[in-house]
Amino acid sequence: MSIELKMPALSPTMEEGTLARWLKQEGDAIGIGDVIAEIETDKATMEFEAIDEGTLGKILVAEGAEGVKVGTVIALLATDGEDDSTTAVRAEPVEAAPAAESSVAPIEAPVKQVAKPASQAVTDPAIPAGTGFTSTPVREALRDAMAEEMRRDDRVFVMGEEVAEYQGAYKVTQGLLEEFGPKRVIDTPITEYGFAGIGTGAAMGGLRPVVEFMTFNFAMQAIDHIINSAAKTNYMSGGQMRCPVVFRGPNGAASRVGAQHSQNYGPWYAAVPGLIVIAPYDSADAKGLMKAAIRSDDPVVFLENELVYGRSFDVPDVDDYVLPIGKARIVRAGSDVTIVSYSIGVGFALDAAQQLAEQGIDAEVIDLRTLRPLDKQAILDSLAKTNRLVIAEEGWPTCSIASEVMAICMEEGFDHLDAPVLRVCDEDVPLPYAANLEKLALIDAARIVAAVRRVCYAD
Amino acid sequence: MAKPAMTRKNKPKSDAAEDRDFALHSLQEAHQQSPRYAATADEMLTFYEQMLLIRRFEEKAGQLYGLGLIGGFCHLYIGQEAVAVGLQSALSEGLDSVITGYRDHGHMLAYGIDPDVIMAELTGRQAGISHGKGGSMHMFSTQHKFYGGHGIVGAQVALGGGLALAHKYREDGGLCLAYFGDGAANQGQVYETFNMASLWQLPIVFVVENNQYAMGTAVRRSSAETEFYRRGTAFRIPGMKVNGMDVLEVRGAAEVAFKHVREGNGPVLIECSTYRYRGHSMSDPAKYRTREEVQDVREHKDPIEGLKKVLIEQGRAEDDLKAIDKAIRARVAQAADFAENSPQPDRQELYTDVLVGEY
Repeated sequence: MSIELKMPALSPTMEEGTLARWLKQEGDAIGIGDVIAEIETDKATMEFEAIDEGTLGKILVAEGAEGVKVGTVIALLATDGEDDSTTAVRAEPVEAAPAAESSVAPIEAPVKQVAKPASQAVTDPAIPAGTGFTSTPVREALRDAMAEEMRRDDRVFVMGEEVAEYQGAYKVTQGLLEEFGPKRVIDTPITEYGFAGIGTGAAMGGLRPVVEFMTFNFAMQAIDHIINSAAKTNYMSGGQMRCPVVFRGPNGAASRVGAQHSQNYGPWYAAVPGLIVIAPYDSADAKGLMKAAIRSDDPVVFLENELVYGRSFDVPDVDDYVLPIGKARIVRAGSDVTIVSYSIGVGFALDAAQQLAEQGIDAEVIDLRTLRPLDKQAILDSLAKTNRLVIAEEGWPTCSIASEVMAICMEEGFDHLDAPVLRVCDEDVPLPYAANLEKLALIDAARIVAAVRRVCYAD
Repeated sequence: MAKPAMTRKNKPKSDAAEDRDFALHSLQEAHQQSPRYAATADEMLTFYEQMLLIRRFEEKAGQLYGLGLIGGFCHLYIGQEAVAVGLQSALSEGLDSVITGYRDHGHMLAYGIDPDVIMAELTGRQAGISHGKGGSMHMFSTQHKFYGGHGIVGAQVALGGGLALAHKYREDGGLCLAYFGDGAANQGQVYETFNMASLWQLPIVFVVENNQYAMGTAVRRSSAETEFYRRGTAFRIPGMKVNGMDVLEVRGAAEVAFKHVREGNGPVLIECSTYRYRGHSMSDPAKYRTREEVQDVREHKDPIEGLKKVLIEQGRAEDDLKAIDKAIRARVAQAADFAENSPQPDRQELYTDVLVGEY
């Protein structure tokens, strides 16, 4: 029997090439691995090797022929036919190739994802009547969450720069070394790329690491592992590989630390499928969502804010306070306009709402809490109620969470809009050092008030 | 005269310091004393079969690529078979973990993972080990503790450090074998990982598969120190230089290195000198080396031919070896047939495995 030798593809994009040279002639005996011909494109030359034994039969494409399409039969190889039927190349594989098939397949709308529970189905756990509250700084709420999870699950450990003996660069890990020891509270060298990879690998190996970045600015050195290793591997493995890691640390502008140390990475990470991105504002949410993040089987980016660490908020005195990931929260109910925000922006939004109330405008404030998956329904439900929406974000405006919320309102809430959605973001510049310039660059309550008045046509 | 003072200064300060420096070379010395593993006849035949399976599988993959059945990037392991087979044969199955880069087909096959599901992944089919969502560079088998299959050069080294940390944390006695190439050896995160692995005495064996070229760049054009096994010295990681074209030498080195790591002495760095016969990936201009150079390695250093010679010397009939080759060809042809005829992934597969939880 004879095998058809076909023009091979040298690269994913190659469609045709030149048959530069025949190195074997008709009638030559061919052994496995023998180079039969040389194929050229404008980029590369490839040797065409035999994978079957036999005798070179008819040469169908002459040496020097240009523009030979991939898959064209260029020669025949006669084999002894002993039992080579299984190794014979089939005549129609090019037609069966996935690329070719997809190009002729009728265009169909992608099938919808499996229906998920509606927004209302999962809510914050009810706090029983009579429950006490303890005013707690955000940094302690975060620490308490980590400590509780470490007590509950011995796979949980913390690693990062200065997390152990120094007690945390921002004191978020204070006391953990004393309780859990150096095996579970690990000081790393200053080596973000390396320890983000080690943390991710440890999660793949079955542990539950909490990887602290001293600030998320330094995580840019490690972003490859967060995105390429942590976020994508479960998908690429067809669901085999778990990566339950939490990357946490302060994010956003601090105070007078300049452009390299002042940036909101929320939109960066929220753009990546396979990641959970959480950015809480107050202490109760910080605690409840940190516990949920550590328990999640998915990789989580947990964005804190240095300026909020020291602020105290009530935390309910309940055992095991765990909040649902992916659910926004109405932090102030109102009827005239919706202000959507997250992280430190929620504080500005609440200030603005207070000022607006004094001006006769009743604003609803929504804290997104989770940036991915984003609670679209909470935004749309509030918009349906107030018909006006402003989003306040401590971060750059371009390709921001604000942009995303505006797109959602256009695509799915258009009929409810009585005014264009406005965004209040930082100025579109690297953050300056000078006190006056820094103040000018960052969002504040006054700018939110002004935007709300515009969407309410109050001026 | 300053001379006596200088002489004193160059002397080791204490016996302890001397011992620690000695440890950096001791594994290499142990290996050199008896480089080849004394394999039993059965073991040797298994090595031969495994290497031949990788060779024939990769040849078939190259062929399927040429036919358009495999797309994208496809990095073949032909020429390097002795490295994966020699090292992985020394692992404790179900205990130790393995991680590598994108040239990963051989490592999967060396584990005895079904060629059907590997080939079906290459053709992007539902039956592929990653359901067609990973492709050539992204294959995993958590069942075998094979953790991929990583496409970013050098990333697997840090991830391997994490797998090793998990072994130590759990005190399960396992080690991680982390492979990377001479190209990845110049990535910064490799040295970040060396530092932490040595500092924390992690149970990890770093393996540089030095196939002489990072894509088209020869090691001497990319690396100030081309003796890669020395590169752990600054981190107090002992190094070993191994002939990666001889499966018995590779296995011999594995015995020495794994023992050292299992005894709690921290990481070892093995450099396996090897050679890839094919291009870096399928689209390789092959302009950076001569055909004679490749041919010379094939004729004189081929790992499969080398072992074949030993087998024949030991009395194996050539016909028996031919029969093995024939059976392997049939097995590979069957895998190709399976991969070609398996259905493409279901459309619903597009949305699965993005997240584990529901939120």
